[in-house]
Formats: sequence, C-alpha cells, structure tokens
Amino acid sequence: MSAQLAQYLLTGLTVGAIYALVALGFAIIYNASHVINFAQGEFVMIGGMATVSLANAGLPLLVAIPVAVLTAAAVGVALAKFAVEPARGASVVTLIIITIGASILLRGLATLVWDKKLHALQPFSGDQPIAIAGATILPQSLWVLGVTLAIVLLLGWFFGRTLTGKAMLATSHNPLAAQLCGVNVRFVLLLSFGLSASLGAIAGILIAPITLTSWDVGVMLGLKGFAAAILGGLGSGTGAVVGGLLLGIAESLGAGYVSSAYKDAIAFVIILAVLFFKPSGLFGKKSAERV
Amino acid sequence: MSAPQPVAQLSVTALSKAFGGVHAVDQLSFELDSGKVHSIIGPNGAGKTTLLNLLTGVYAPSSGSVTFEGSDVTGLAPHALAARGMARTFQNLQIFFNMSARENVMVGRHLRERTGWLAALLRFPSLAAGERESRDEAAELMRFVGLDDYLDADADAMPYGALKRLEIARALGGKPKLLLLDEPAAGLNPTETHEIDTLIARLAQSGVTVVLVEHNMRLVMGVSDHIVVLDYGRKLCEGSADQVRNDPRVIEAYLGRAELAPC
Amino acid sequence: MNWRTPRTGGLALLAAVILLLPLALVNNYWYEVAILIGINAIVCVGLNLLIGYAGQISLGHAGFFGLGAYGSAILSARYGWPPAAALAATTAGVALIALLVGRPILKLKGHYLAMATLGMGIIISIVIVTEDRLTGGPDGMSVPAFTLFGMSLAGERVWYWIIGGTLVGAVWFALNLIESPAGRALRALHGSEVGAQVSGIDATRAKVGVFVISAMFASVAGSMTAHYSGFITPGKVSFFHSIELVTMVVFGGMASTFGAVIGAAALTLLPQLLTVLKEYEMVVFGAVMVSTMIFFPRGLLPSLMLALARKRK
Repeated sequence: MSAQLAQYLLTGLTVGAIYALVALGFAIIYNASHVINFAQGEFVMIGGMATVSLANAGLPLLVAIPVAVLTAAAVGVALAKFAVEPARGASVVTLIIITIGASILLRGLATLVWDKKLHALQPFSGDQPIAIAGATILPQSLWVLGVTLAIVLLLGWFFGRTLTGKAMLATSHNPLAAQLCGVNVRFVLLLSFGLSASLGAIAGILIAPITLTSWDVGVMLGLKGFAAAILGGLGSGTGAVVGGLLLGIAESLGAGYVSSAYKDAIAFVIILAVLFFKPSGLFGKKSAERV
Repeated sequence: MSAPQPVAQLSVTALSKAFGGVHAVDQLSFELDSGKVHSIIGPNGAGKTTLLNLLTGVYAPSSGSVTFEGSDVTGLAPHALAARGMARTFQNLQIFFNMSARENVMVGRHLRERTGWLAALLRFPSLAAGERESRDEAAELMRFVGLDDYLDADADAMPYGALKRLEIARALGGKPKLLLLDEPAAGLNPTETHEIDTLIARLAQSGVTVVLVEHNMRLVMGVSDHIVVLDYGRKLCEGSADQVRNDPRVIEAYLGRAELAPC
Repeated sequence: MNWRTPRTGGLALLAAVILLLPLALVNNYWYEVAILIGINAIVCVGLNLLIGYAGQISLGHAGFFGLGAYGSAILSARYGWPPAAALAATTAGVALIALLVGRPILKLKGHYLAMATLGMGIIISIVIVTEDRLTGGPDGMSVPAFTLFGMSLAGERVWYWIIGGTLVGAVWFALNLIESPAGRALRALHGSEVGAQVSGIDATRAKVGVFVISAMFASVAGSMTAHYSGFITPGKVSFFHSIELVTMVVFGGMASTFGAVIGAAALTLLPQLLTVLKEYEMVVFGAVMVSTMIFFPRGLLPSLMLALARKRK
C-alpha cells in the first residue's frame, strides 16, 4: 500500500467517524419518531462552539466537554418538547420544515451567544503527528477513532442489553404495541433527541481541533450525516456507522485522486448512485406495502 | 384434459409468492371463465388477498404465470393490467381522500381520458368537453352503485359502507372485463351486504367477469358460479357452490382440524 | 361564467392585484421586492404541483432555478445567443435533464426522495461554483439585458410587468393542469398510489411528468432573474434557496396554487421587514418558521379558508 493511499484512508476514516456519529443521531431520532431532524448538524456546532468558549473562559477541557455535551442534550430535549412534539401527526414535509426552521433559529442564537468567527480548539493531547505505514496521523484523529469506537460499542450494549434501550427499539418497530406494553413513548422521544444531540456534540468537539469550528459548521456536517444515514439505510445503526465511514473514505480518496474541488459533491454522487440501484440503502429493510 | 373447451379468460399456472421463507401462495393453478361470478374463499391467512395482489400486478410473483385474454401478463405493472381490462377494489380501502367522491370515480376513467400534459396545461377545448362528459358518466356510475346521495360529497366525509361502493364505481370507470372485489361486504351491516349482493348480480348480468374474495359465506354461496377454496396458499378444491359446500376437506379447513371435528 | 372558481375568479383577482399594486410601490426598492415575490411565486406555483398535489418532495429545485439562470447567462454572455433563444434552449435543456434525472429519482419515496433531490441540488450548485471559467465561480457573472425584436428590456418598471404577466400565465397553467385528467392522476397518486395504479395511472410517468413541468417553471424563473438583474451569483442555487422555496410552498398551503403565491409573498417580504431587527433576524425568522408550521400545519391559505368556512356556518 502506498503511503499516499494510507494517508487518504486515515484522513477518510477520521472524517468518516464524525459522519458516523452524526448519522447515528439521525437514525436514533428517526427510529423513535420517524422524523428526520435537519437540526442534527446544529448539535455538532453547539458541541464545538460551547467547548471552545468554555475553554477560553479558563475551564479545563475535562469540565468544558461534559458541560458542552449536556448543553447540547438540553437543547435537543427542548427541540423535541417545543417543536417536534406539538407537531405530531403533521406530514413529512411539514416536519422537515419545522426542523429546518429550528436549525436556522439555533444558528441565529449561536451568532448572538458567540459570534460569526472561526474558532480553534486545542487538541486533546498535543499535535505531534504519529507515523503509521508511511503516513502520518494526528493524535486528535486517534481520539476521534477511539471515542467513536467506544460510543458504537456503548450504543450496541445500550440497545441490546438495557431495558431502556430495548424499549426504544420496540417503539421504533411498533409505537402502539410498545405503548401497550408500558413503554412511555413520550419519554422515548425526548430521550432519543437528548441522546442524538449528545452524539452530535461529541462529534463536534472531537473534530473542532482538526477543522476549526464556527456558527455554520453544522450545515454541511448535518447534510453529510443525513447522506450517511440514508446510504446505510434509514434507522439501521450498523448502516449509519458503515455509511459514515464509507462516505468519509470515498470523499478523501475522491479529493485525493479525482478532484479536490468536487470533494463535497462526491458524497452526494455516491448516495444518488446507491439509491438508484438500492432504493432503501445498503442495510435498509425493504418494506412491502400491505394493501 | 378434454380437448375443445372454451378458452378461459384468466388462467393461473403454478403461481407462487414467498415472503422471506413463507409461501403465501404456493403452486396455485386454476382457470376463470368469462362472464361468470367466481369466488375465492378460504380461512384467514389462506393467501386470498396475496393472490389478488398477484393477479392485479401489485405484487410480482416468485414463480408461475398468469394468462389474461390469451396473452401472458405475468409480472406486468398494475396500470398495464388495468389497460388490458382488469379493475379491483381493496379490503382496506384505497380511496383518494384528498378528492371529492365524483373525482374518485373520474380517476377510474383515466384510461379512457385525454391525459396529455400539453392539452392539460393549455386546456384545449376538446379537453373541456371531455371533462363534462367525464363528470356526467361518473355521476351515472355512482347512481348505478347506489351513491345518489353523495354526488357532491368529499370522499373524506363519507361513511364506510358508501366508500366500499365508491371503490366499485371507480373500478367500473375503466369499463373492465374482469373485476376483482376484495371483501366488498366486510364491515357492512346486513342491509348493506344485501345491496352488495344485488350489485354483484347486476354486474354479472352486464357481462363483467367478477372475482370475489369474501368471508360472508351466505353472500358467496348465493352469487357464485364457481368457487376456488384456498388453504395455506394452496388450492384445496374448486367447483360449484354445492360441490364446495359438501367437500369434506373444506369442512375440515373451516371447522378446524380433527380434534375440533365433533362440533 | 362562474366567477367563484379559482380558474376564473381567483385568476382575475390575481391579475387585479398585479395591475393595482404599482399604485402602492413608492420607489424602485419596492418594485424590486415585488419582482422578487413574482419570481419566487412562479417557482413555487410549479413546485406546488409536485409537492402539494402529487405529494413528491423536492429539496433541490434551486438547482433547476440555477440551471435556468446560468444556462441563459452562459449562452447569451459567452456565446452571444439572442436572449430569447437562450431562454428557450435553456428551458428545453433543463426539461431534458429533469426527465433523465427524474426517472430513477422518483422511484424513491419519502425521506429517500428528499435525500436524492437534495443531493441533486447540491451537485448542481457545486458544479456551478467550481466550473468558474464558464460561470465565474463564487464571484458570479454578468448577463446581458434581455432583447426582444431589437428592444432592450431593462429597469424595474418594465420587468414588473414581464414577471407579473408570466406569473399570471404560470398560475393559469397550474390551475388548468389540476382540473384536467392528468392533474387528477397526480392528486390520486398523492391520495393512494396503489389505488391510482390499479385505476390505470402509470405512476412513474405521472411523477416524472410533473417533475419536468415544475423544473421548467423554475428554469424560466431563473432565466428571467438572470436577465433582469444583469448579474448572477451561486447563492440562488444553494441548498438554502431550495429549502426557502419548499418552505414558501408549505407556508402558503400545500395543494393550493394561490397558497403557493401567498407563501412566496409572505416569505419574501418577511426578511425585508426583519432587517430592522439586524442581528436578531435569523432567530426571529427561524422562530416564525417553526411556530407557523406548528400552529398552521396545513399552511396559511387552507387554514384561513377553513376558519372562514367555520365562521359562515
């Protein structure tokens, strides 16, 4: 393997891990409510921006990061409670517009609370590149990959082993049946938004030292995360992770070997190509209509 | 096989449909003659609705073939089958609730209307004339199925029994040769069921072949010329109402297996 | 003639508003706003055919608007085509693109369709930003004035009537379509796709057809914008503009042609009014979007009509 290829793969994996975290957020909310939350990218922004401002205020990262994640989670729960829940039963398009409106509102708030400048966050453990197979990787990338892996394992345990996690899965398959079995469907909705917001915020914090952060960083990351979730198949956790990593790697390879100007287009070309042949994504269930 | 028989309007050969590992319809073969009332009966889960979905192109079969009016129509899309003269209703209504009752029936005439985009955008005079004709004929069809009171109603303001008949009127809009009715009497009270009964008889008189999937045995036995009995996706037997009624296999399938037999 | 139907009374009302509005337009700035409303309304009337009537979402229509604008701009500025010919060729080209893209895309449903159209729009936008030798890239490009029979059409007061006339035409087309067999087929698809199919409606043909028509509406509006403003930038091709357009349609009221016009007017005016709020503009705009959709999920016009109907009873 050439050093250049290795470099592209490492870069792609790092970005892909971020997409995967955002995509997982989409999947969790979709499962709980069948809503596509277009404000998902704003949690990424809130995570990064809050951490930067808290760190600048003198707080150590170990305090700033949990506070930022909790802030995002609170915003997520508020979004569910005040914007999504009151609109239950509205059409898909209406719900899309509501979450897009919420994302504009959140971006507006970010410019008021913070500013419209770019901000850098200090890396967690230095910025000395580490050499692997002829390529180099930043310590921060290792943090991205490590934390993502830990989160994926944790989510696997949560949805597979805990009662709350199983209740959330049950709700996604059949809300009415879950409710009859005593699952508090409303709580599941709020929890899913809180959880997704936390995942987004963590992604935003992890990537901030590498790519900088700003009030509008969530737009593209949110769209790419949505693309990753669709690529994997909506609602599939495995799909979201695989979709995210695939998009990250494809983008990195495309930017390196094809055209860096078209880097942002690559994700969408891939998603269109996949949807043309597999209309429900790579891991999505094919739903047979009952008539 | 006896040689010179009238050619069947619809013949089904070794038709199968599997969902995952479950064979909802399994190696099914039968023939339906033109102009008769045919019923498809069987216990719950026997595959009746799946069969209807296969015949009308809503599902594609896993294997087997369907021949309609002498040509192979296996796997054709629903709209293509409609163009060849098939029409149907649904067990769980597929009404256009965003439209008026009359518009629902006018949609049923789609294949006989002028549907070009340019004519529509510019509203050619010929199109406007066609629209008047379409409205009139839709009203006529609604009266035929007994919906005189709903000529100006919105579909979402109509009671269940009326919607069932609205679907029949819509299906008739295409002047079908073969009309498939999926549980037209389900959820109806005895008076309404009786009305459906007479409606089916009138349809048969007008020369349309009717395929009826129905749970109401009194209705089925009263109107059917020919009955196909399904169980677990397979054909249990077929024949006239009397033949089917007295077939021990049918009794067993309906009343449960051996252990329940004494009642 | 029955003046209470949308195709007669509604259209007459719209024409009257367009005829009388100049009395209230005190300066060129307000002419510009009115023209912008008209342009957005043309796109929204077309988009509403797709979203409101046929029930198929598109989060990429700014792409077609952009193709129209840049197609006209490039053919007339770079290749010296007469603007009228450029407009016609561009519209035909966009129709062809929509036809080719529409066939695979419109087999998708719900959120998958949203993703695919969104992706299509973003790809178009990135191509326009990147191919800077043709398009001028992020800086944009200037466009020659529209000429017809040797006359150069320029200035807000001229374009007000051009756009106004085009809007009346667009609304007339849309109302005609909806009350035709082809339009009924679209509404039937929205009501029950399988019910429509067994009635003989070719779902793909119908969806692709209305997709192409709505793309042509957007393309013509784009071409006109390019010639009217004399300069175009990729901002109007962006994902945000696609969202803005869909929001206008939903805001005014889905499956209502005049709702689409009202939605375009309301959401074009709102930012003009909100500029006094300066840094709070974005927050208030977002809050208005969210709360309108929560309290009027069916949109402004249908909710208003419903309230009126209740009152009358």
